[in-house]
Amino acid sequence: MTHHVLSMPATEEQIRRLRIGDTVTLEEVLFGIRDATQIHMFDHGRRTKFDLRGHAVIHTAPNLRKVERSGTNHSGYEAVCVGTTTSDRMERFTRPLMEREGVRIIIGKGGLREGSLEAFRDLGGAYLAVVGGAAALETTWIEAVEDVDLDDLNPESLYKFRIKGFGPLLVAMDSHGGSLYASVNAEAARRRQAVLEKLGAA
Amino acid sequence: MTLMTKPGVEPLRIEPEAVEEAAKLLYIRACKVLPDDIKEGFARLDGAETDATAKTILATMIENIGVAERMDNLLCQDTGIPIFNVLIGRNVQVDGWALKEAIARGTARATREHPLRSSVVHPITRKNEHTSCGERVPVINIDFTDAERELRLEMIPKGSGSENGSFLQMLVPADGVAAVKRFVVDRVIQAGGKVCPPTIVGVGIGGTSDLCMHLAKVAATRPLGTRCADAEGAKLEAELTEAVNSLGIGPQGLGGDSTAFAVHVETAATHITMNPVAVNIQCHSARRASATFTPDGIRIGF
Repeated sequence: MTHHVLSMPATEEQIRRLRIGDTVTLEEVLFGIRDATQIHMFDHGRRTKFDLRGHAVIHTAPNLRKVERSGTNHSGYEAVCVGTTTSDRMERFTRPLMEREGVRIIIGKGGLREGSLEAFRDLGGAYLAVVGGAAALETTWIEAVEDVDLDDLNPESLYKFRIKGFGPLLVAMDSHGGSLYASVNAEAARRRQAVLEKLGAA
Repeated sequence: MTLMTKPGVEPLRIEPEAVEEAAKLLYIRACKVLPDDIKEGFARLDGAETDATAKTILATMIENIGVAERMDNLLCQDTGIPIFNVLIGRNVQVDGWALKEAIARGTARATREHPLRSSVVHPITRKNEHTSCGERVPVINIDFTDAERELRLEMIPKGSGSENGSFLQMLVPADGVAAVKRFVVDRVIQAGGKVCPPTIVGVGIGGTSDLCMHLAKVAATRPLGTRCADAEGAKLEAELTEAVNSLGIGPQGLGGDSTAFAVHVETAATHITMNPVAVNIQCHSARRASATFTPDGIRIGF
């Protein structure tokens, strides 16, 4: 169990060093992405102005307040509450995110499936679990909403966050075929029979 | 023709403006402050949890509750689908249409004025009006109680991660209660970490298909520590709570004992040929807020 601090963007070598059970804190930059963002990017062929190569994306759609654009704030937003949504719905976008956009890390809750695990192994990626529903805390790790793209999709736009000490996050899926979710699911399936027998419902 | 006015009892009159203010206040408050029973539920799970990762995750959730209160921020980014339960007591006078309009106005004002993320879109075009409102949303459930001159307004921002963990099966009598139990266990396994455990697993048993699903929602949003009024339902609650917490799913589906705060069951009579069961899940951010209108004023609670 190693703790890693990654200043984003990261290299493939850095990502391949991550193993399930390790913890990670991210620094500098994080992109926010969600259902509609990816449906538009990959099903409707829209492209982003951001260079996502080597970066981390988080499955989110934040609560924001409109402010004047000024200085380093090119988004016109400040964060009210930034949290994490369930990843499973966006399973099919993992490989295109990595292949076309060069993303290396996906942050979410609830885990992704076999297809994503294969993409992480083939292309050098990892899934980091954040505690879902702990958004007030997560918001304290966000310094600014620096920029935004595809903003007609608000609140499901593509956001560029400036972050500080974003974590600790748990490496829940790695580039070596490891998935904590797969282990937990297998264990639940194994225990099912005994649980049903005790209920008189086997 | 007889006039429908009872002499000698001054009814409690509820003005739409008061309902609008309450709806706005409740939506924001529900998003920020967890009910005491849920906080106690966290303490109970944390005390009994044996898995180290699970303990860390529960500690983060508990820390988040404190951060939200101290910073006056939202517990979770998901402002949910707004649900309002209106419980109308006896000798209460209210313009029903105005009440519905007032709830929607309060919801939209909370969204724009706080501001909150509008999580509500048209189901086909996916267009977001940025008001947390739309056709038939907020969801408004109206029921009547025997409380004298009292109207209770309950607000529940229902998060989508757990709402997507909703299941209905029209079992048949020959399947028996064993199939009902299997259905609950299997749907909890299927939902895994996607529904943000530890959860309240709401189970509806009986009724029609729509009533069964509604019962599951009532069960999932009931305060912890309350029991099913039906003795058989209450027995199932205890058995199923132990069962789902023996699966090892744990907080966030990352392993551990704390899969659910509780399994809650609600029952309704059903047809001789039917045996419906429904599951609706509430995430650990099990948010509620309420306003109770009486002749003495408005009381805010959970």
